[in-house]
Amino acid sequence: MPKLVIASIGPASSVQDGGRPGSQRYGLTPSGAMDRLALAAANTLVGNAPFAAAIEVGPFGAAFIARGGSVRVALSGAQRSADIAKRPVAVDSSMTLADGETLTLGFARNGSFSYLAIEGGISGEPMFGSLSVNARAGLGSPYPRPLQAGDELQAAPASGAPERRIELPDVPDAPIRIVFGPQDDEFSDEAKALFLASDWKISATSDRMGYRLEGPVIRHLHGHNIVSDGTVNGSIQVPGNGQPIVLMPDRGTSGGYPKIATVITADFGRFAQISAGRSFRFKALSIAEAQAEAKKFADLVRTLPDRLRADGAEFNIEALADANVAGHAVSAVDAGTWHPYAWTESEQAP
Amino acid sequence: MVEINTLPRLLPSGDSAITVEYSRDIDDGANRSVLSLDRALARAPIAGVIEAVPTYRSLLVHYDPVQIDYDSLSQRLLALARSPAEASPSTRRWRIPVAYGGEHGADLEDVAKSLNTTPDDIVARHVAGNYRVAMIGFTPGWSYLSGLDKSLHMPRRQNPRLLTPAGTISIGGVQTGVQCLAGPSGWHLLGRTPVRTYQLHRDPTFLLEPGDYVTFSQIDARSFAEQDRAAEAGKIIAELVA
Repeated sequence: MPKLVIASIGPASSVQDGGRPGSQRYGLTPSGAMDRLALAAANTLVGNAPFAAAIEVGPFGAAFIARGGSVRVALSGAQRSADIAKRPVAVDSSMTLADGETLTLGFARNGSFSYLAIEGGISGEPMFGSLSVNARAGLGSPYPRPLQAGDELQAAPASGAPERRIELPDVPDAPIRIVFGPQDDEFSDEAKALFLASDWKISATSDRMGYRLEGPVIRHLHGHNIVSDGTVNGSIQVPGNGQPIVLMPDRGTSGGYPKIATVITADFGRFAQISAGRSFRFKALSIAEAQAEAKKFADLVRTLPDRLRADGAEFNIEALADANVAGHAVSAVDAGTWHPYAWTESEQAP
Repeated sequence: MVEINTLPRLLPSGDSAITVEYSRDIDDGANRSVLSLDRALARAPIAGVIEAVPTYRSLLVHYDPVQIDYDSLSQRLLALARSPAEASPSTRRWRIPVAYGGEHGADLEDVAKSLNTTPDDIVARHVAGNYRVAMIGFTPGWSYLSGLDKSLHMPRRQNPRLLTPAGTISIGGVQTGVQCLAGPSGWHLLGRTPVRTYQLHRDPTFLLEPGDYVTFSQIDARSFAEQDRAAEAGKIIAELVA
């Protein structure tokens, strides 16, 4: 059986799938991909179920070698340079590594996370129905921790299917949409207006538990301590310093800061991909509007196979030009500041 | 006191979850209502509901907005909340052994000093308590217990610790807690238990359920070491008592 060997990989890279909901009542966070659309796109390119497990590659570079046979993979998510044995390949395409060939990924230029799906999926023992890594709880397959150089993932022999690319809708440079609540009544109308009218940046001390935002101070009406209640992906909690933290898939299942708003499902992946230091705004939707967007998002995931195109990575000149336009620009996040868990976890602690 | 059938407030947690809030405060009556609604929902599942997460004061209901919308689910949840309270199922009572003080409970002496008493007296007050699992949250198996003696209520530490040991038994605010995994905490550390409230590949993986009762018993450091080895090997150390 062929395998994919991790030759090098940066921090914040791990196997992730659709996550493991169902045990949040016991404090077990669901984990799962930061950008589910990109995960689904990569999987669709190689014929896998949309939320099958794939390699979530963080903002840094990585290299993968096929051993023991050829391995077919697909890449989606953050914009970054990619090449196989020095031949450039494009994001949003499938590609086949011949035995011994190396796929090299550069730093993320736009976005933070890429998804490398392996044809046939990643083999491992599901834990609570998922291969997603949750290192704190000792969960994840085949490794219950982030990936490291030297790790090996078993792969099915490449099918030899023709390579594909996938045409995804353009990512809008638009505000991240939220629904106010559940504790927006802990904030004045002025504070909520300030929250919507301000430019926000994602702090470099962000991780898979939470993204810390930098911007104006959002003040509470009655102080920042509330009795803990449940959290969701995209909960925007406001701690004592007034700088919001958006909770991500490795969040604590409960938290004790007022949550002013929640990022809508359809925009969660786009939010997760915003690079540290880049500014953005929020926009409020009604629940009905947000639910209409959630349905559109589900339809988009379901119909991804209709977006497959015949020409694969190595033949798509336009995509190549697009993928390599900026060379190896370095992400705003750097290895010195990307601290998995340390900061955000202490913020959520009992 | 909150009546069992007091109607909750429904609050949106985005487009895929509803917070069913019974109280803003830590309130035993509200917590009983939360657990009652949680049981009612388990008994009469609603299509599209993915899971429910009980906390002190609210039930967070995660759902799939493609299958059910906010208004319909709100109506269904309110109808469940109006129905007669679900009697608590078999009330389980656990006895959890704890090694107090010293290397096992770094804050015991300080807590005693701040309350003008002795460490032994703090242990006696903590062991005398009859607690209930109000919620489990933050990290796997982190169990928040209600029923802490009023004389032991105290604010969180000024500076939360970034790392506290697995099995820590601590107090914070009006609560006491059983922590399973090592991790950060702002509470005061009284002791450690060899009991794993979460252990992979053990049946059951999660030992405590919200609503279970808990008492503590004091053990010495040597028993702690022995029981810790047994627990690591998968033995359930906590005792079910009548």
